[in-house]
Amino acid sequence: MSNYPENYRYTKEHEWVSVEGGVATIGITHHAQSELGDIVFVDLPKTGAIVTQHAVFGSVESVKAVSDIYAPVSGEVIEVNGALTPAPEKLNEDPHGAAWLVKVRLSAPEEINTLLSDAEYQTYLGES
Amino acid sequence: MDSTAPLRETPLNAVHRSLGARMVDFGGWDMPVQYSGIIEEHHTVRRAVGLFDVSHMGEIEIRGPEAFDLVNYAATSAVSKVADGQAQYAGLLYEHGGFVDDILIYRVNGNEFFLCVNASNQEKDHQHIQELRDRKGFDCEVEFASPRWAQLAVQGPGAAETVQPITDTDLSTIRYYRFRDGTLRLGPGGAEAPARIARTGYTGEDCFELFVAPEFAETLWAKLLETGAAHGIKPCGLGARNTLRLEAGMALYGHEIGPSITPIEAGLYPRNVDLSKEFQGKALCEKQVREGPSRKLCGIEMTERGIARDNYEVFVNGAPAGFVTSGSPSPTLNKNIALCYLPAAVAQPGQAVAVQIRGQLAGAVTVPTPFYKRSK
Repeated sequence: MSNYPENYRYTKEHEWVSVEGGVATIGITHHAQSELGDIVFVDLPKTGAIVTQHAVFGSVESVKAVSDIYAPVSGEVIEVNGALTPAPEKLNEDPHGAAWLVKVRLSAPEEINTLLSDAEYQTYLGES
Repeated sequence: MDSTAPLRETPLNAVHRSLGARMVDFGGWDMPVQYSGIIEEHHTVRRAVGLFDVSHMGEIEIRGPEAFDLVNYAATSAVSKVADGQAQYAGLLYEHGGFVDDILIYRVNGNEFFLCVNASNQEKDHQHIQELRDRKGFDCEVEFASPRWAQLAVQGPGAAETVQPITDTDLSTIRYYRFRDGTLRLGPGGAEAPARIARTGYTGEDCFELFVAPEFAETLWAKLLETGAAHGIKPCGLGARNTLRLEAGMALYGHEIGPSITPIEAGLYPRNVDLSKEFQGKALCEKQVREGPSRKLCGIEMTERGIARDNYEVFVNGAPAGFVTSGSPSPTLNKNIALCYLPAAVAQPGQAVAVQIRGQLAGAVTVPTPFYKRSK
């Protein structure tokens, strides 16, 4: 069984978010990378971009397919994980850790309450 | 096909599931897209040897005094040049010149031909060939033989060394695009399976395709994993099969070829289209050869970041000019490659183009195909 950190929140589109001091770190879940297979390309917004909850803000591509990434929360992008561009395969290796995608300064912190807990997400995946 | 119909399964379905394969709906078939990962499986075929279950492919057997006449009329290629024990790639066309399917013709003898056709087209192909036979009055039988055959593909530099230990047929005497009927030893008890052993494939590597009765599929699969172990064999899925065939510049029905595309546009003339004979769909082929087709299939590689995917638009000088038929990262070349249709005037290597990827234009350049050719 996969490890979904308790302190993260999750979406049904398979993103995770971790909030600390008004800043959300966003990534894709283990389930997402596993479904995609070998990830070969990542397209992320630039620092300063505004993202909106439930709207597409980037994409990841495996050999076989393109998958949109939806913003779990709204805010301004303050940091982008540049290490992923030359090495997108990190998303397969450590999706919940080193391979985070972007950090966003929250504009509506209450949105976090609309997301799934780790237990709810795993129930949703049917693997709890 | 009814989209609610249950998926069809090959005799190896349970084996794929036990190996943890990721299964997908492939044209109505429940097939493995990958086992360990597409890139790893791709490299395995280029560097060692891969084992594919391609039992979903269809087989049509044509027998009788006028079997040759029917096949030669149905197929675009010069079937008269095919010897006993030889295979040939051809198009099967509608009267209007578009593809019904692309097929491999295996000549067993002058009165018997074995056709390997695409899984999702097999019933349509069988009906099409039967109708041609009836219309032309050729004296032969057209059997839908798919239920009698399973097909395993052994592909890669280690292919011959993997298959040789289980057969008395000297594989070094079967050249590329030749085949022979023999037996495969599936032991322990000395059990033998009659097999059609063909040096054909869809990956651009050395290759064998083994046709056996479905009841032998599981033991043959297990046996090949055993004999191939020393050569680094791995089960490979349809994901790697697609990236391998794309690198090798081979067409896939529903992508590079289809009912609205002719073999001339697809670049099959003159190698696989014989205008010196009569065949169904010849008129438009002849006209396009005479006048030149308005569009041609060509290869591109991305010069800017981005992966061209199926149906993305291709721009020339800032205007939409064509579309991508298959696009993917190329694990062997470490580039993003694609096949696309472009106006004939610009469809030669070295032309700067752009691919529209999610609203943005990304630069690419036309290149010769195949993208990859193995060193012999």
